[in-house]
Amino acid sequence: MTGLELPIALFLLVNLLAALVVATRGPTPADRMLTALLFGSTGVGVLVLLSRAMHLPTLVDVALTLALLAAIAGIAFARRAWHGARGDE
Amino acid sequence: MSEFASSSLLVIGAFFYFAGTLGLVRFPDVYTRLHALAKADNLGLGCVLAGLALQADSLAAALKLLLIWPLALAASAAVSYAIAHRADALGISPWRREEE
Repeated sequence: MTGLELPIALFLLVNLLAALVVATRGPTPADRMLTALLFGSTGVGVLVLLSRAMHLPTLVDVALTLALLAAIAGIAFARRAWHGARGDE
Repeated sequence: MSEFASSSLLVIGAFFYFAGTLGLVRFPDVYTRLHALAKADNLGLGCVLAGLALQADSLAAALKLLLIWPLALAASAAVSYAIAHRADALGISPWRREEE
């Protein structure tokens, strides 16, 4: 390992915190949902970095599952949950 | 040599992740944000995965890491299409520069 994994994982975590600003700001539900999708893709990155840094190969499986679940969550949101209720422009 | 390549790929990946997050925070509407999320973030993920695959213990472990990327790409393409299509159907109009 190069010693870079943990710093980069931490950096991605800070990115996620910044993205939470978008989740609070809105304006449509989709903007908030996009933060959840960002948590999916960045979370996969954090998990694979951690699996390397902490010698836990299982975390790669967790990352695969997370990638899949983020996709399902996004599709379910777009197809089922987003009706353009109040709060939209 | 491969250590250097791996470190560079990790740093490049972190940069693209940062670009994606910056786009999500700064872009004005849902379509442009989808654009930032779907492309920059997945490129960052690809770079990070490639960097880690370079230093994986076995070929199988490296391939498994690289397998995540097509999955994430396909997933993000499908989700982006679904969300943009829904937003369009709900009548959210794309952002335009304000008239002076």
